[in-house]
Amino acid sequence: MDDSLRELYQDVILDHSRHPRHFGQLAEATHTGEGYNPLCGDRVKIYLVLDGAGRIADIAFEGKGCAISQASASLMTDMLVGRSVEEAEKLMGGFLHMVKGEADTGELNADDRERLEVMAGVSAFPMRVKCATLAWHTMKSALEGGE
Amino acid sequence: MNAPVKTVFDPQAARADFEILSRAVYGKALVYLDNAASAQKPRQVLDAMRDFAAGEYANVHRGVHFLSAAATERYEAARETVRRFLNAGSADEIVFTKGGTEAVNLVSYAWAMPRVQPGDEIVLSVMEHHSNIVPWHFLRERFGCVLRWVDVGDDGSLDAEAVDAAIGAKTKLVAVSHMSNVLGTVPPLKEIVARAHAKGVPVLADGCQGAVHEAVDVRGLDVDFYVITGHKLYGPTGIGALYAKRAHLKVMRPFNGGGEMIREVTRDAVTYADPPARFEAGTPAIVESVGLAAAIDYLSAFDRAAVKAHEHALYAYARERVRAFNWLRVVGDAPGKGAILSFETDGMHAHDLATILDREGVAVRAGHHCAQPLMERFGTASTTRASFALYNTRAEVDVLIAALAKARKILG
Repeated sequence: MDDSLRELYQDVILDHSRHPRHFGQLAEATHTGEGYNPLCGDRVKIYLVLDGAGRIADIAFEGKGCAISQASASLMTDMLVGRSVEEAEKLMGGFLHMVKGEADTGELNADDRERLEVMAGVSAFPMRVKCATLAWHTMKSALEGGE
Repeated sequence: MNAPVKTVFDPQAARADFEILSRAVYGKALVYLDNAASAQKPRQVLDAMRDFAAGEYANVHRGVHFLSAAATERYEAARETVRRFLNAGSADEIVFTKGGTEAVNLVSYAWAMPRVQPGDEIVLSVMEHHSNIVPWHFLRERFGCVLRWVDVGDDGSLDAEAVDAAIGAKTKLVAVSHMSNVLGTVPPLKEIVARAHAKGVPVLADGCQGAVHEAVDVRGLDVDFYVITGHKLYGPTGIGALYAKRAHLKVMRPFNGGGEMIREVTRDAVTYADPPARFEAGTPAIVESVGLAAAIDYLSAFDRAAVKAHEHALYAYARERVRAFNWLRVVGDAPGKGAILSFETDGMHAHDLATILDREGVAVRAGHHCAQPLMERFGTASTTRASFALYNTRAEVDVLIAALAKARKILG
């Protein structure tokens, strides 16, 4: 198999897409966001519970889509839970740089960069970058939009 | 122009006309199976466009100089070529458009909009492409028209009786595809037209796929409007055509306003040219018209029935081979369907599948194929589609099958 394909569909990605973490709804959500990719019809909905201190106390997503979009959403929810909104925004910014193949990944710390690295293979597939970013853009709109 | 018809079809000989087919992608031989989205162009089309642009090009119609006369002659000759291809009665019934989409929008705007009242109905099938849906949604949004949808069977077939049953006293038009770009279904168009006419309702047929694979006879079909696009017909992008019966064209209001489409313009008033010029405002796609004519000549030089048989044999072979994959479900199995294989796959999203096929050199389309009502009908968001053209081969089907098996190994 060619290396870029192996990197795109590595085990971590396939595992996240087959067994997505935080999959479902949150009845007590304080913030929600809906994302739609008109090119492929993929959909994602993000549910957030922000506590009084501005931390992501709980998070969930539901959606339908390709392995890349589902794995990306799963990984994102896994990494964002427990973080402050400010930290979440830094992570989101760094991720978006990374999947576009940019060297400067902003303010990502080493641990986060390592965990996100599994998604970096997407940058070799320009037609698929939107699959990877759908959940993250939706997360942004959930934080901005509120309930 | 009237090359002798070749009675046997040899796909290998045809392949030599398509330079792009000998290129590699990712170091693998290209297997181009995205023909329903756009077909590749033979040397004859590219040469015709280049030679015309290099030797005879000028703007059409208004110039009195040599080149303008030459270009006008070629442009009008292209119209005659389209007339012959569709067996229309007169070249004046052929309007050049940007493509199939503009042709449907032209009918919606210039013919339908002035004729509809709130509550009037447009009958269309669920297997239409968005280009034969959205222009009718405009009538719903702006004039309160009702879209009456005709369902297809589970095998993707579309029955004339079902269309007939949807036609009522308020139906203004039936809009139906001559071949589904997803299912490959070829509905009984002649019977649909006959039944609609029996109730006094005209029919628009979207021939963007149909004209590529079926010999079209608009007079035999008695269809009112027939739409084609150049780039699926082995021709260039940016050009298509609308056939409309003269009686309809005569009563259609102008579409775009501008040069070419007028009789006289004063400060206070404007009068319009006769069809087809009335609907061809502005400088048309002149070079592309020459390319479209060359593409039609190219296709017409083959025995169309032999080409169709070749494409169908490829489809039938691929259909048979995928039976071995119990994780794959074909969408669209109507009798007499065209050479389009759409399918869903268990546990694999169409986009992931298409990405892996791509790395094997196999170009397919994955997604909703601009046919979301049809996706909804089959309870899916997307399918993977392999669509066959005259230059595809059995060996390419084998590559597709091997690539599918590989994708299953990676993703399954």
